[in-house]
Amino acid sequence: MADALLEVRGLTKSFGGLVATNHVELRILEGETHAVIGPNGAGKTTLITQLAGDLRPDAGTISFAGRDVTALAAPARSKLGLARSFQITSVFREFTALDNVALAVQAHAGHSFRFWRPARRDSALRRPAAAVLESVGLGARADVLAANLAHGEQRQLEIAMVLATRPRLLLLDEPMAGMGPEESQRMIDFLRTLKGAQTILLVEHDMDAVFALADRISVMVYGRLIASGPPEEIRGNAEVREAYLGEDAT
Amino acid sequence: MTRRGLLLAAVGLGLLALVPPVAAAIGQPFYVDVFRRIMIFAIAAVSLDLILGYGGMVSFGHAAYLGVGAYAVGIPAYYGIENGFVQWPLAMLASAAAALVIGAISLRTSGVSFIMITLAFAQMLFYLAISMELFGGDDGMRLARRSAFAGVVDLKNGTTFYYVVLVLLVGALAIGHVLVNSRFGMVIRGAKSNESRMRAIGFSTFPYKLVAFMIAGAMCGLAGALLVNHTDYMSPAFMHWTRSGDIMFMVILGGMGTLSGPVLGAVVLRVLEDLLLPAWTEHWQAILGPFLVLVVIFAKRGLIGLLPERND
Repeated sequence: MADALLEVRGLTKSFGGLVATNHVELRILEGETHAVIGPNGAGKTTLITQLAGDLRPDAGTISFAGRDVTALAAPARSKLGLARSFQITSVFREFTALDNVALAVQAHAGHSFRFWRPARRDSALRRPAAAVLESVGLGARADVLAANLAHGEQRQLEIAMVLATRPRLLLLDEPMAGMGPEESQRMIDFLRTLKGAQTILLVEHDMDAVFALADRISVMVYGRLIASGPPEEIRGNAEVREAYLGEDAT
Repeated sequence: MTRRGLLLAAVGLGLLALVPPVAAAIGQPFYVDVFRRIMIFAIAAVSLDLILGYGGMVSFGHAAYLGVGAYAVGIPAYYGIENGFVQWPLAMLASAAAALVIGAISLRTSGVSFIMITLAFAQMLFYLAISMELFGGDDGMRLARRSAFAGVVDLKNGTTFYYVVLVLLVGALAIGHVLVNSRFGMVIRGAKSNESRMRAIGFSTFPYKLVAFMIAGAMCGLAGALLVNHTDYMSPAFMHWTRSGDIMFMVILGGMGTLSGPVLGAVVLRVLEDLLLPAWTEHWQAILGPFLVLVVIFAKRGLIGLLPERND
């Protein structure tokens, strides 16, 4: 069995009486695109939030690249190569698109106790940032304030910021959220270009996207992972169909 | 800053440079005093804006550093150390140290808690000053001699002192300008804009915010050193919470997150408060209050935001 890049064991988190994450076991292999699906309120975002380090689990361990990161805070995990995107768009609204990405580059370019040179004229930040922005298709919008970008463009900017940290594992929380069909398709096409080169954990509602992208799928219901396997297997799993995919699933 | 911003700042500072000759020409040397005081508060307001306007840290105890800076001049003077080359750096160091302690604790909170903790620290220093009987306690203490600079400049000359303050104001603006555009500045601004995003891309913002807090404290401490020389007096009143409110209002009135804004805010607020309104009616506060409310409601970017602009 290949080494797991991310290994989650017995992860548990409750909010009062609600067990949002219930003894979750999850292995993400290097290079795979792994989707987590499940109905609303299944605990998918809570899972991602714990993996990214923004929420401490009640029990269980998370190891990343062979290292126990359970006790590390989000910035430290980002430094190790875990990068998350947010379900609700989270960008620096008063900065331009390029500024946004340049700040993500800066976060991984040593300390920032540099008081003298103007950051916006620092080619060590601007050039890689521009390249990433170009790769997600926002090259022409580099100088637009993030607040003035269309919703779909802000979602692309999210991905650009994630990629600019040069992560080893992308944690994408519903990257297609709120997108029209055309924008979604473009995002799917883009994520497909990352496949193989990047390891991706994808939480997504859009079933077309999930079945188009994922190498393996885990199904989450009421905080539990009830099934995990390749897409064909998940599609055929009776328990999954009952719990989630419903009657009209094929 | 945009080219327009630089031009505006240059015009404004140029006008301030003209105050002493104009005051002399119209035989009103009193205005040199008035505008020197305004510029001292402008330095304090610029320092607050670095953390408030750019860093989103709503420090409601900024006058504490004004007081620390003033006492760091007054206390050595009491013991016969009158050299400004010692006093002023000491004022900045002491204020930075105070900011280190206050920031290390208060920056672990946010929102209303942060406002309240910074206010509480300022009040503690206020009462500490009151309790120091040796240095005048409640009444404060006269500064026997202004800071001496070994013959380089003589602060006893009002006009010389005026230009010293102007140069320091320009220096504060220049430092602020470089700072907010540096990598360090981008981190501070990013933390104001979206803290959770900063964490997700790998920034622990706390140490950066703390250093910004100390830089602002040191700058305001220098303003305190100037203030005690200006009034020839140091008093716990420098640290009163209403003084913190004044400084904050200068920032908000002029325009948060711009460097010229706090200077403009200091000029407008002080001119209204000290010169225009009291001369007109004794109920001037009834006019000033609504004016400030209107500015906050209708000029969200402050007075500086009302000036015409081409781009941004």
